[in-house]
Amino acid sequence: MDVGVIVNNFQFLVVQGLIGIGPFIGGTLRLAIPAMILGFLLGIFVGLARLAGRRWIRVPATVYVEFFRGVPLVMVIFWIWFIIPQLLRLPIPEYGVALTAFVVFEAAYFGEIVRAGIQSVPRGQVEAATTLGLTATKTMAYVVLPQALRNMVPALVTQMIVLFKDTSLASIIGYVDLTKAAQIVNNREIRPFELYLFVAVVYWIFTYSMSRMARRLERPLSPA
Amino acid sequence: MNYEFKWSVLWSGQSGAWLLQGLLTTLEISVLAWLLAIALGILSGALRTVPFLPLRWAATFYVEFFRNVPLLVWMFFWYFGVPPLLPRPLQDWLFNHGAEFWAGMFALGVYHGARMSEVIRSGIQSIPRTQFEASLAIGLTTFQVYRLIIIPVALRLIVPPATSESLNLLKNSSVALTISVAELTFQTRQIETYTAKAIEALTAGTLIYLVLCLSIATVMARVERHYAIPGLIARVGPG
Repeated sequence: MDVGVIVNNFQFLVVQGLIGIGPFIGGTLRLAIPAMILGFLLGIFVGLARLAGRRWIRVPATVYVEFFRGVPLVMVIFWIWFIIPQLLRLPIPEYGVALTAFVVFEAAYFGEIVRAGIQSVPRGQVEAATTLGLTATKTMAYVVLPQALRNMVPALVTQMIVLFKDTSLASIIGYVDLTKAAQIVNNREIRPFELYLFVAVVYWIFTYSMSRMARRLERPLSPA
Repeated sequence: MNYEFKWSVLWSGQSGAWLLQGLLTTLEISVLAWLLAIALGILSGALRTVPFLPLRWAATFYVEFFRNVPLLVWMFFWYFGVPPLLPRPLQDWLFNHGAEFWAGMFALGVYHGARMSEVIRSGIQSIPRTQFEASLAIGLTTFQVYRLIIIPVALRLIVPPATSESLNLLKNSSVALTISVAELTFQTRQIETYTAKAIEALTAGTLIYLVLCLSIATVMARVERHYAIPGLIARVGPG
C-alpha cells in the first residue's frame, strides 16, 4: 500500500474529478446533480403519461419506459454520442452527451417510481377532491402529487444513488469524472490498487450517506 | 440529417459472426456472474438475519460497501488493481486464460451479489417471525430452519425483484467492455469502427438486448405465477 500516490494527486482527483474544476471538462458532481434534477422532472411527465386516460399518450410513454429499461445504459450513451452530432450537425461536448443520456435513461426509471407513487394514493382522495369541485389538473397538483411525493421519497433516493454510481460510465466517452481522473493518474503512476480503492471509498461516502438518509425517511407503511 | 443507411453491413463481412460471439460472451459472463451473485446473495442475505453479531457485521460490510460503489470502479479494481498482488503462478494462469473475462465476471458477480443480498434479506424479513419460532419449537436447529423453511419460502417470495435484479446484471455486463471483454456492446462498437455505420450497428446491439430482456421477463412472469404462494398478496421490494 502506497498512500503517497493518493496524497500527491488528491487535489486532481477531488477538485477535477469529483467537483469538476480544472483543466478538463469533468466532475462527477457537476454531472450527477443536474442529471438527478432534470431526470426526475422528465420522470414526472413520463409517470403521468403512463397513467393518462388517452391511449395516444399512454402507449408511447409505456414504450419509452419498456425500451429504456430493456437496454444497457452504456448502449444509450453510445446512441446519444453518435446520434446527436448527426442530427444537429455540430459537435457536442462530452458533458452534453453524458447529461442527455443520463436524463433520458433515468427518466424511464423515475417515471416508474412516480407512477407507483401516484397509484399508492387512495382512490377516495381523488373522489373527495372531485366532489369538492376541483378540476382534474388541480386534483393532481394539489391533492395527489403532494401525497404521492411523500410515498416515493425512499424509492427516489435509491434511484438517485443508482444514478450517482452510473455517472462513472460517462468516463467511457472521455468525460473526466472521478473514475476517469483516477485512470489518468494511474496511467502516470501505475498504482491501480490504491487509486481505485480510494475512488471506491469516495463514491461510497456519498452513496452510503444518501442511503442512510433514505432509511431515515422510510416510514413503515404496514405492520410486518 | 444526411446519413446514408446501409443495413447490409450487418450481414456482410464478419458482422454477423461478431454479433453472435458477442451475444455468447454476454450470456457466458452473465450466467457465471449470476451463479456467483446468487450464491453470495443467499449467503450474505441469510447471514444478515442470523442472531450472531460478527457474522452479521461481516455480511453487512460486504453488502454496504460493494453495492454502493459503481460497477465500473470494481471492474478496474479487480482487473488492474488485484492481479499484480496475486502469486506469480496464478497471475500467469490468469493472463493465459483471458484475465479480463474472469476479472469482469468476478466484478459483476460480487457487485450483484451484494444487491441480490438485499433482495433476499427483504424476502426473509417478510416471513412472519412465528414461522421461525414454530420451526424451532418442533425441534429443528437454526441451520435446518434456514435450509428447510426460511430460504425455500423466501426464494418463492422474491421471484419478481430477483428477476429485475438478474436483468440488471445482464444489462450491466455491458460495462465489461471497458476492460475489453468482447461482449455484445464491445462487438457492436467493433462493427461501428470497421464499417463506420454507427446507427446500424447500435440498432442491432440494442435489438438483441431488448429481445433478451423481454423474453426473460416473459418467462419469469410465468415462473412467478407458478411459484406464487397461494393466499399471499404481499410483493417484496428490494432494500
